[in-house]
Amino acid sequence: MSKYQVSDDGLYGRFGGQWVPEMLYPNVENLRLNYIKILESDEFKNEFLGLMKDYVGRPTPLTHAKNLSEIFGANIYLKREDLAHTGAHKINNAIGQVIMAKMMGKDRIIAETGAGQHGVATATACALLGVKCRVYMGALDIERQAPNVARMRMLGAEVVAATSGNCTLKDATNEALRDWISNPEDTFYVIGSVVGPHPYPDLVARLQSIISKETKQQVREQTGKNLPDYVIACIGGGSNAAGSFYNFLDDESVRLVAVEAAGLGLDSGETAASIARGTEGIIHGSRTMLMQTDDGQITEPYSISAGLDYPGVGPLHAFLAEQGRATVLAATDQEALDAARLVTLKEGIIPALESAHALAALPMMKFKKDDLVVVTVSGRGDKDMDTYMKRLF
Amino acid sequence: MNRIDDLFSKKDGLLSIYFTAGYPAIDDTVQVLRALEKAGVDFVEIGMPFSDPLADGPVIQRASLDALHNGMCIKKLMEQLDGIRSSVSMPIILMGYINPVFHYGMEKFLDDCQSRGVDALILPDLPWDEYVAHYKAMMDRRGIRFIPLIAPQISDERIRHIDRDAEGFIYMVASAGITGSIKTSVDYRTRYFERVKSLGLRNKRMIGFGVKDKSGFVHACAHASGAIIGTAFVNYIKENGVSDEAVARFVKSIRG
Repeated sequence: MSKYQVSDDGLYGRFGGQWVPEMLYPNVENLRLNYIKILESDEFKNEFLGLMKDYVGRPTPLTHAKNLSEIFGANIYLKREDLAHTGAHKINNAIGQVIMAKMMGKDRIIAETGAGQHGVATATACALLGVKCRVYMGALDIERQAPNVARMRMLGAEVVAATSGNCTLKDATNEALRDWISNPEDTFYVIGSVVGPHPYPDLVARLQSIISKETKQQVREQTGKNLPDYVIACIGGGSNAAGSFYNFLDDESVRLVAVEAAGLGLDSGETAASIARGTEGIIHGSRTMLMQTDDGQITEPYSISAGLDYPGVGPLHAFLAEQGRATVLAATDQEALDAARLVTLKEGIIPALESAHALAALPMMKFKKDDLVVVTVSGRGDKDMDTYMKRLF
Repeated sequence: MNRIDDLFSKKDGLLSIYFTAGYPAIDDTVQVLRALEKAGVDFVEIGMPFSDPLADGPVIQRASLDALHNGMCIKKLMEQLDGIRSSVSMPIILMGYINPVFHYGMEKFLDDCQSRGVDALILPDLPWDEYVAHYKAMMDRRGIRFIPLIAPQISDERIRHIDRDAEGFIYMVASAGITGSIKTSVDYRTRYFERVKSLGLRNKRMIGFGVKDKSGFVHACAHASGAIIGTAFVNYIKENGVSDEAVARFVKSIRG
């Protein structure tokens, strides 16, 4: 078994685990005992893969970025999660977990969301599969992300404002966990990233691993090479990076690059770079790298991208970084904006602000001419047009 | 003998009060403690504020954030509790979350608890099996109890598993919920209280989460050694202050 897989105890090295109150133990334990069995069942696979193909529109293309390749002196390909239904990779995980919830007899879904992408994906999956959906979203984020709030409501989800703490993603996650504590019988918590107590980091990574499964096959079919030299993805909680890396973890020749949000700069105090500037601690049931004070109080991270400003990072990524398996870079707000403009003008693709952080790694790297580089474009930029207009024009 | 074991061996109908350290004002901790002892409560839980208190409801989270703004932290609390045993004799429990404790350093934290006369800890997100495997010996050595939580959704088998290694008492979360929630019906609670009673556990039990007034206290006392009240008290001192008289009035409203 791969040394990068989660252990039976839910650990990646010393990261991860199940640091939850006893009240959550039955829920988490029930999921832990069932998730592999369900993921490997024919019933699940048929429904999941069928929907990935006919509903989400997978496989998403691997697009050769000819102009970027010339500019950066390498062979650059873009993995187009922006073309998935709802406009981001989040739908892969949401559909998988909602199918799983139904197979476990749960008919009420809760989820947390920051920018709203995971909330929209979950609301979409619930509409499709006919289950009740409640999405917790920080009160501040509800104001900032009005279009996604409207989409969730149109999809029939109940959007509940988290008014505790700073009213952002971390507080929405707290509220969702509290809901789950209070409604253990009928409710399934669809977590949006590779975070939270075991088995969530592994469950979400497995569901998102369809990204790298496709990439691997597409690289063979389209490039004549067996493997890419680099796979680059942005990382907040880290679900698209986990999915982009997953099937390459044991191919040690493939260099994995995770790009964190540096915000105003790594040393500005306004950053979301949990691996570069965080310290080890426990957040939302998992031991990982996170942004916190010297007293162990969790702080509010900052990034221009609402999808990257989570104070922690998935335990898998903390482990990959510590082991040196992944290289972790950081892109500032401005570097991401510049990358978004460049890719839009040169390739005709408006990336999400999150994905723009991955693209911002290109000018930081030293490539050889025949290097095969895959960058995951985790989502499309429609939701970020306000920011782009304000900051780029 | 540990003060908690001593208390539970002698008495029933116990009333315990939870309050957040450093709230409403940073220096209120010791005053609240003394006022509660004068008012005749049997033991206290002092909340160590945390930015993301998962098992607590909005009232205690708000109080925690206010306390953090006031400058409360574990170091400060240990300063405030230094010498507390010259004026307070009831059992003292510290309740908090694991991340700040790990940052402070578990060994140092336990040393400081021991030297201040802290009798037990409640750390909801330190899982029971993790405690037994890695921290029980450390706490036993210092005579510090680790109080487990159980809730209606926990199976008989799991409750027995916890009871086997537990000492001090078992904290029964009254509703399937967070502190300050009272959404479950009296019938539902009674069935749960009776189910746990019928297990014939080694440990005494206290009931908390959602106990807010005299009738809740009386109901809890009929099914366990007593009850823990937190949210209602935190709300009360926010409105009424922390004087001996104010605190005594609150305790009287519960005990009559």
